[in-house]
Amino acid sequence: MSLAPQTSVLGLNPYKGNWTSLQVKHLLNRALFGAKATDIEYFKNKGLTFSIDELLNVQTINIPPPLNDYNSTTFTDPNVVLGKTWINDITTDGTINSYRRNSYKKWLINVWLGQERNIREKLSLFWSNHFGTEADTIVYGSMIYSHHQIFRNNCVGNFKQMVRLVTTDPGMLRYLNGYLNTKTAPDENYGRELQELFTVGKQGGAKYTEDDVKNAAKVLTGWKIDANFNSVFDATRHDTTNKTFSSFYKGTTVIGKTSANGALETDELLNMIFQNTEVAKFICRKLYRYFVYYYIDDNIENNIITPLSNIFIANNYEIKPVLKTLLSSEHFYDTLYIGCQIKSPIDHVLAFLKQFEITFPDAVTDYADSYYLYNNIVNQLISMGQNPVDPPNVSGWPAYYQTPEFNELWINADTLPKRNKFTDLMLETGYTRNGKKVIVNTIQFAKNVCPNPSDPNALIESVFSFLVSTEIAASLKASLKTQILLSGQTTDYYWTDAWNTYNTSPTTINFNTVNTRLKSLLKYIMNLPDYQLQ
Amino acid sequence: MERRKFIRNSLALVAPTMISGNPIHVLQDHPLLNTALLSTSNTDKVLVIVQLNGGNDGLNTVIPLSNYDNYNNARTNIALPENKVLKLMGNSATGIHPSMTSFQNMFTDGKLNIVQSVGYPQPSFSHFRATDIWMSGSDSDQYLNTGWAGRFLNYNYPNYPDAYPNSTNPDPIAIQIGSLSTLTCQGPAVNMALSISDPSSFYNLIEGTDAATANTNAGYELSFIRTIAKQTNQYTVRIKKASDSVTQQVTYPNNSLAAQLKIVARLIKGGLQTKVYMVNYGGFDTHSGQVVTTDTTTGTHANLLKVLSDSIAAFQSDMSGLEIEDRVIGMTYSEFGRRIKSNASGGTDHGAAAPLFLFGKNVRGGVFGDNPAIPASATSNDNVPYQFDFRSVYNTILQNWFCVSSTAEIEILLKQFPTIPLINASVCGINDKNSVFAKDSLIYNYPNPFTNMTKIEFKTSGGITSLQLLNGEGTLIQILVEANYSFAGTNSYNLYGTGLSAGVYYIRLQNVDKTYIKAIVKM
Repeated sequence: MSLAPQTSVLGLNPYKGNWTSLQVKHLLNRALFGAKATDIEYFKNKGLTFSIDELLNVQTINIPPPLNDYNSTTFTDPNVVLGKTWINDITTDGTINSYRRNSYKKWLINVWLGQERNIREKLSLFWSNHFGTEADTIVYGSMIYSHHQIFRNNCVGNFKQMVRLVTTDPGMLRYLNGYLNTKTAPDENYGRELQELFTVGKQGGAKYTEDDVKNAAKVLTGWKIDANFNSVFDATRHDTTNKTFSSFYKGTTVIGKTSANGALETDELLNMIFQNTEVAKFICRKLYRYFVYYYIDDNIENNIITPLSNIFIANNYEIKPVLKTLLSSEHFYDTLYIGCQIKSPIDHVLAFLKQFEITFPDAVTDYADSYYLYNNIVNQLISMGQNPVDPPNVSGWPAYYQTPEFNELWINADTLPKRNKFTDLMLETGYTRNGKKVIVNTIQFAKNVCPNPSDPNALIESVFSFLVSTEIAASLKASLKTQILLSGQTTDYYWTDAWNTYNTSPTTINFNTVNTRLKSLLKYIMNLPDYQLQ
Repeated sequence: MERRKFIRNSLALVAPTMISGNPIHVLQDHPLLNTALLSTSNTDKVLVIVQLNGGNDGLNTVIPLSNYDNYNNARTNIALPENKVLKLMGNSATGIHPSMTSFQNMFTDGKLNIVQSVGYPQPSFSHFRATDIWMSGSDSDQYLNTGWAGRFLNYNYPNYPDAYPNSTNPDPIAIQIGSLSTLTCQGPAVNMALSISDPSSFYNLIEGTDAATANTNAGYELSFIRTIAKQTNQYTVRIKKASDSVTQQVTYPNNSLAAQLKIVARLIKGGLQTKVYMVNYGGFDTHSGQVVTTDTTTGTHANLLKVLSDSIAAFQSDMSGLEIEDRVIGMTYSEFGRRIKSNASGGTDHGAAAPLFLFGKNVRGGVFGDNPAIPASATSNDNVPYQFDFRSVYNTILQNWFCVSSTAEIEILLKQFPTIPLINASVCGINDKNSVFAKDSLIYNYPNPFTNMTKIEFKTSGGITSLQLLNGEGTLIQILVEANYSFAGTNSYNLYGTGLSAGVYYIRLQNVDKTYIKAIVKM
């Protein structure tokens, strides 16, 4: 038993060991929202190098945008008809935007569930959380949509470029009051978070001063949002004085500029900030915690974070080389880290839906029923403590930064039973809308994960190795076989016979004989604490 | 790096320093946990179900002495010698297996009865199907995905598990020991039996030990989640406390059935208000080598029956010593009996009806029913036909032990079955009739049963609410209401009987992540 988190002495050298389902599942659990059996098979056949390349190869995005699913007998959006997208419609109406925010969340579940075999959505969620904003505060649906599109479009791209886009993004200008930041009434909100939360951080050598915050705010004066929800630079509101920063920034002075040139100061500010090596270290620590494990000691700091941040800097803040090194490293595949992450609610729910290949009605052609059913999933995430695109504040979800607990914060006496209840519900009743049912198909699942499901030993082995990453005692497997699959009998034949009987004669009673036992088995396994880990 | 571990608990029950070392005691000072615990005034009645997995050979358990020659002819290689069969006081027609001396004594004391040839029409010879039939209480050709005890408990505790445990019901409603939760206690919404997430963890819980974790970070996080899981399952604390409070018990034999029954005795005496306990014992699938050929009173089956009778006798004696025998009865059952004619491997193949035992101070002693008829020259296909439907035994327990009303009976067993006078008539006096009734349901309907129309009232806490009509088999047949309510409140729906055949239906209320179920009866 381990009494404290441990760190691996293995570094960033490429992993050369076995490439089995165990390593593939580990990689996919971290780079995707869980994996289907076919995904594991696919990447197992590709080998490590090609797998990483494919996962990091984020293609141009062509996701159908969120739709108006909310017109009803009591409410009609005057600008957007039912079934059409609202992302290009500008409105400040509170009621309309409240419907659109809900529509966005339902749509988001569909995007996550339908993710391609690449890191885009998992990584976009990382950046959305890193640049924490609350949809409830931004209010406007179209602005929320374009804010999060920045992360989809740049997730493996250039981090500095991403910061530049976020800095004058209308959603962010609204969220951190940048649009109210003027030379006569400077608002320091964004100027502070830009340094504290988005780039240099507060840890280690990050020693910017309060004056640096004030000066950054002055540099950023003049940005505002026009009536079309575009960000524009208003030179008349810009502070044209010189801004001189502390020794942390080597006493750099951003020379005050007039007229449209005032906007160039923003780029100079970012150039100055990115001169500091703390930026790379801060981001690499955060990526490490998201993709590997939250525990960082001197060993990790020296052997992983520092070399990784050197790669980040050497590549001019391109994100892909950093992730490629990390996800290919012998450190990443050390058994110490297999299965050590507590799933976030999004990981828990989405991985479940993917593992069981639960299909929802089409989000475009059958958007009404689809969005209706996705709403149930949104509600589940909210009740488990992770309201999509609505983290508690600008710092994002505490599970990604709060020492010393980090992702242990997801699990408590309130949320753990809810997580178990969700998987139970999807096995027992699922959700139904207009005769369309989303529920686990136990028999198909058994076939998907096990080549020989009529053998109860093979079936239990396959189900465990697919659903959990921890070692399960042989005694538990044996007793699950006897108690559940064999209903207390001692001969394997009885399960084999039940399975074969169903397959040759799929009557209701034969179905139920097999289904009841599979349901009990799956329910049991997903109620194990082990299922909360990935 | 210094690392402090804060254990979080949204119920705010714990001081962190109390955690390490003995997590089991974390919740002990919460008022809820002491409510009614260890109360000696507890008069709740308890049923202990002993499942014998594999299909017990009824004819070598309860021997038809009045028909001994035919019995002996049918199974010469395994038949028990007539003079070795144990006699039952006041009954010369029937005897029991020589290894069951403890049962013989219990019978003499009037604390054991035998119900002959329990079964059902069109018996299934498949272990799985037959087990499902016994557990669900279904007809042979009917599939129910709820258990008979689950429907009873659901009737009694309609909203379980929401808002459970609470001050009135602080304990698990049913507990399954020695195996995982089974169909028997499956209610329409959830399994009513406490499911402990590891077969060994029940013993770990009683012993206060923990299962091992790997020496990895996953092992480290797993310990953390297990700790939270323990805190979450408030029942575990009460179970441990109830178990710890009983320090004196009789000596039990050393076998797994006795170990399970010993725990049950402690939990009942310890004050748990749990109504149903289930234990099991396997190995009855005796296709071959059922007896030692040189002495048919010995061998596999003899050993199994000795364990059964000695363990139950020890339990009964413990009940007496602990002064709780007035409120505890038990029953044994197996998914089927075995063929009348033995096979050439010295064993018996899957059969049909078989005797079962009821035990306890409040059961009426004696043998109920006649010895099974055995043909003079039995063929390998001959089976013992049923005299008593197994649901008659269930109904007897429901009506004469738990004092459930006959209207409730139809909601629970879905049909009417005659009772058998197996239980002392004084247990459920006239005044106690109807003492079991549904409380605090979030669904209410009137009239019930109904013919033309019943008005269903349901409470929603707001949000997505779906009201569904399921048939007796639990299949969705109609969505009555599907709405997204802005406010919490009570709404109603009029359900018309047109097009519904007579029988039991369920109304299922699904409100965001909660589910409630109520049975309704169409006349």
